[in-house]
Amino acid sequence: MNHASASGGSAAHGDGSMHAHQGTLRSYLTGFVLAAILTVIPFWLVMDHVIASRNLAIFVVLALAVVQIFVHIIYFLHLDFRSEDGWNMMSFIFTAVLVVIVLGASIWVMFEENANMMPMSPPPSVQQPHPPPNP
Amino acid sequence: MSTTAVDTVHNAPATFYCAEEPAAHNGSLLGFWLYLMSDCFVFASLFACNAVLGTSYAGGPTAAQALDLPGLAVNTALLLVSSVTFGFAMLEMAREQKGAMLGWLAVSGLLAAAFVGLEIHEFLGMIADGAGPGRSAFLSSFFTLVGTHGLHVTVGILWLIVLMVQSAKYGLNEANVRRLRCLSMFWHFLDLIWVGVFSYVYLAGVLR
Repeated sequence: MNHASASGGSAAHGDGSMHAHQGTLRSYLTGFVLAAILTVIPFWLVMDHVIASRNLAIFVVLALAVVQIFVHIIYFLHLDFRSEDGWNMMSFIFTAVLVVIVLGASIWVMFEENANMMPMSPPPSVQQPHPPPNP
Repeated sequence: MSTTAVDTVHNAPATFYCAEEPAAHNGSLLGFWLYLMSDCFVFASLFACNAVLGTSYAGGPTAAQALDLPGLAVNTALLLVSSVTFGFAMLEMAREQKGAMLGWLAVSGLLAAAFVGLEIHEFLGMIADGAGPGRSAFLSSFFTLVGTHGLHVTVGILWLIVLMVQSAKYGLNEANVRRLRCLSMFWHFLDLIWVGVFSYVYLAGVLR
């Protein structure tokens, strides 16, 4: 009895997830318009040199990329908490956490290594015994 | 999952039973999703390499000198439109319109082929200009990451051709629908990775 209701529930979830992967015309067109806007803005920022500050420009480009990745996940891949009884979302969150650790830690560690490295060639100020006075 | 019950009430010895096939109802789709997640790690490590080596020019061309932004804009548009037309093919598949589905799949495949063609053209031009993968650590990481993505797209096109032939010959049976759903996820996933490539490797690379 208990088992029958459990398997019935499972089958219902399974059928629901079959449809969860299908988008609608509306979802694809919404995704397309949003993705196109989120693509045009960073190209415009970089090709027309809109933002003078280099670091701010990089930050904005990467932030727009993260937003667009979520647009793709929601409107094209149709990821939600229901598909495959939530296992798609769980594995996605797990992957996202590990990717952030791998990427973030690699960049952090290698940046520190680079900053603490002995210089391969002495900096210009060492080569010149009498640096020109600052104007 | 819910088909397997464990009886731990009243400290009775645990009883395990599984009355039916233990495989999930949509095992292929979940399994393919897990493959895509593992593919994320492949790309994440290549992105990490590019982040570390991206400014090691070794006196060679910098990202701003070597990379072609107008060509990149065309490539990005091709891949995005291809992703949407593949979505249209999936909608036609749901309505069981095989002819229309094959038409949209062909459009998606041609757009992706144009993408790969332009990318190969760009690579050959860079190598001819002395900016090949052997020139500097930056260019090695660039060619590895972008080339791995291009290889994925190429394999996706081959898979698409095989499934188009299968669907045309055997119709939209359960197996072909399942395969097309997996390819659909693969196709959208590659467009998602490309967002990271054009934003991080190209646009941020030119800036830094």
